Amino acid sequence: MQYTRMEGFPVSPTLPGAFWRALRKVLPGDGLLVKSGELGAYECDGLTLYKVRPLAVALPRTREQVGAILRLCNQYSVPVVARGAGTSLSGGALPRPDGIVLSLARLDRILAIDTANRTARLEPGVRNAAISEAVAAHGLFYAPDPSSQIACTIGGNVAENAGGVHCLKYGLTLHNVLAVKMFTPDGVLHEFGGPTAEGPLGVLALVVGSEGLLGVVVEVTVQLKPRPQCVIAVLAAFPSLAQAAAAVQSVIAAGIVPAGLELMDKLALEAAGAYTGQHYPPGTGAVVLAEVDGSEEACAAEHRQLRALLEAQGAFAIEEAHTDAERALLWAGRKAAFPAVGRLAPDYYCMDGTIPRRALVGVLTEIGALSAQYGLPVANVFHAGDGNLHPLILYDARRPGELARVEELGNDILKLCLAQGGTITGEHGVGVEKLDGMCAQFSPAELVVFHALKAAFDPYTLLNRGKAIPTPARCVEPGGMHVHGGRMPFGRLERF
Amino acid sequence: MGDADLTESVCASVRSAYERNAPIEVVGGGSRRDFGRAPIGEPLSLAGHCGIIGYEPGEYVITVRSGTPIADIEAAVAAHGQMLLAELPRADQRSTIGGAVALGLTGPGRPYRGSLRDAVLGVRVVTGTGQLLRFGGQVLKNVAGFDVSRLMVGAYGTLGVLLDVTLRLAPRPEEEAVRILHCDWPAACSRLLHWSGRLPLSGASYYGDHLRVRLSGDGALVARAAAQIGGDAAPIGEFHALRDLRLARLQTPAVALWRVLVPPATPLGPAESIIDWGGAQRFWATAEAAATVRQFASDRGGQAVWLKGPDRGGDVWPVSSIATLALLGRLKGALDPHHVLNRGRLFPAW
Ligand SMILES: Cc1cc2nc3c(=O)[nH]c(=O)nc-3n(C[C@H](O)[C@H](O)[C@H](O)COP(=O)(O)OP(=O)(O)OC[C@H]3O[C@@H](n4cnc5c(N)ncnc54)[C@H](O)[C@@H]3O)c2cc1C
Repeated sequence: MQYTRMEGFPVSPTLPGAFWRALRKVLPGDGLLVKSGELGAYECDGLTLYKVRPLAVALPRTREQVGAILRLCNQYSVPVVARGAGTSLSGGALPRPDGIVLSLARLDRILAIDTANRTARLEPGVRNAAISEAVAAHGLFYAPDPSSQIACTIGGNVAENAGGVHCLKYGLTLHNVLAVKMFTPDGVLHEFGGPTAEGPLGVLALVVGSEGLLGVVVEVTVQLKPRPQCVIAVLAAFPSLAQAAAAVQSVIAAGIVPAGLELMDKLALEAAGAYTGQHYPPGTGAVVLAEVDGSEEACAAEHRQLRALLEAQGAFAIEEAHTDAERALLWAGRKAAFPAVGRLAPDYYCMDGTIPRRALVGVLTEIGALSAQYGLPVANVFHAGDGNLHPLILYDARRPGELARVEELGNDILKLCLAQGGTITGEHGVGVEKLDGMCAQFSPAELVVFHALKAAFDPYTLLNRGKAIPTPARCVEPGGMHVHGGRMPFGRLERF
Repeated sequence: MGDADLTESVCASVRSAYERNAPIEVVGGGSRRDFGRAPIGEPLSLAGHCGIIGYEPGEYVITVRSGTPIADIEAAVAAHGQMLLAELPRADQRSTIGGAVALGLTGPGRPYRGSLRDAVLGVRVVTGTGQLLRFGGQVLKNVAGFDVSRLMVGAYGTLGVLLDVTLRLAPRPEEEAVRILHCDWPAACSRLLHWSGRLPLSGASYYGDHLRVRLSGDGALVARAAAQIGGDAAPIGEFHALRDLRLARLQTPAVALWRVLVPPATPLGPAESIIDWGGAQRFWATAEAAATVRQFASDRGGQAVWLKGPDRGGDVWPVSSIATLALLGRLKGALDPHHVLNRGRLFPAW
């Protein structure tokens, strides 16, 4: 689409100057970015493969401004993409060329902390890590901890139903949010949830994880948890991946719910070792990293049980961490795994499927066989406890045809997940890049219901148009995360 | 336990109701038909649609048909040392899992083990057009598509006829104990705040000037926690009676029974019969006007939900604005365009 400039604003043939004048009135000063130099930073999110320049970026400071912006966009039919910190790994915050980006980053106040009820009321732009920081003095924390937590916002977490290493025990964003206030695109403010996260119908559950398709969240009330008295991390080395996966299955089957339960295979360990200098015992085929927490007594009991199980499943070396400093060391390799794997090959492709835990051994074995069959190495480093796989397919995009084969392998892996009763995305969201997987996971009739639900909130599809739910015509794209030349978006951040 | 699949006939019944514009009342075990507003329509019984479809003890997940009695599911998983992760109220042995999902109630374990909504991983439903759809799945982490399965929890069967549901399970605790202490409500509140996260709590209620605390878990831990809490031992059955709303204080058919949901540390209200969920859920069996009860809740940032009572003409849930009510109406239209499912049960205009 071509845009001409008028009064210093980009305008589409259908977008009159009156829209821009009104928008400017709502957003005086530095509240509206329109110059191409300023828009560059908003062209993409954590999935840098896709880049689109929006018409403008709105940076409101108040919820009243958010409402006014939406009413204007509704009146002039301008598509809107809400944006938190832009760390989405599925293109959720990717702009549209015919629309604006609505950044919530400046609505970043912690509105209230209620220690008697252990809740906090937040504006959407509050960073995830800032919540726990703000309540630490009260002995509390906000449990969901995506590894992007120093950057990502609670609004983005609500949109993606973000998880973290500790969500096995403490739940995802959904399980820790009590209420949201949200504008529908007509600029009307709604409130869903309440002191016990209930409401007529489970609308709160519909909104959390809706990838910004249903409304713009301007306030979130979260549940806080008391900080555990005791935390113990355990790193167990196994001779083979199958044994490590079997150990995870046996921990789950024993009914133990560790705070975290992660797995790294040999390739991931080699990469991490070269990157951090951390040494794993010779003969290690895979490691399981687990963390137990709670009261001193509960923690000690769970720790004993966990250790016994890991040993029974063939762990031949076990390291433990009881202090914060020791724990940081033990986790170092896991946290560096993604960038470390990025050094092994010019490119890699990150999958995000989830499977029932009982299928771990079988699916990992099959992924290994597929990797050999395609001649493409796959590193596994993932949230084993909740069955959320992150196979990283290594490749070189400069080799003709290789990307296509990677996508084929990726699709085979997703099919494996679906065949086991799993899902195409456990935490990164569908966004713009897993639309075809949606076609594999849902029937046309189910997709029609998704569109009807979207229309109930957003009849003119102004919010995140074209994302998350495919139209039948879009059911063609492969899913996954592409990284080129070892460059990761947000390279500073820890990765899980 | 029965084992029968009525999927086809349920789809056909709903399809026909849709075509004829003829409302149906969805009935599970029929044990809780008095909850909510009185629906209009021909009864469609799901009680015959029962049985376990899939159960993997090692995965702590079970898939059951909606007409399966809660008690039967509990017995089946108890054989493997397991229980439902969410504690489910029931009226009697007939109460089905489908009815439980429709009402969306969770027992005293809610603050410690999570809600029924959170324990639901996936559903198969027949929408108001007679279409058979599947949402969610069997895995804990799943962000593909809207979370329609949890939208159904607490919808009083107005958005779809539940055919089957996948639920999370948990290991049965080795030991359970109840302690009862005499204290006022502010003292009870500060004790609960101190204990939570430190002791293996699985329930906390307050009525008749007594705090009752349930402990569950490892035998030694429970014994130590019981000693720390002090007070006297009480029978575990008190919490079952609370869960099922069988306590004498709630047996008041002449007046309305409310759930008043408030921040847990909220001071005592004028008409509380029982405080559950460590303070967050309060049952009021009261003749007070609906507006008074709702005002009490909303003044404290909460919601008053009408459960049952002689006058079945009011609203079940408060809705904060007309615009939100209209939005909910559009959601209803997306799933049940002819309003054939449980017409009138949740909102007068549905
Ligand atoms: C290094 C790295 C590590 C990561 N690790 C994890 C992890 O461990 N677990 C995990 O779950 N994810 C992880 N992610 C993904 C990402 O951080 C999360 O999805 C996060 O929740 C996005 O938050 P954000 O503020 O950056 O949102 P954005 O990326 O800005 O937006 C994400 C989506 O939310 C919408 N949105 C944002 N704000 C609002 C609002 N206020 N109202 C309505 N819609 C809104 C946007 O339109 C978009 O669709 C990781 C990403 C990176 C880069």
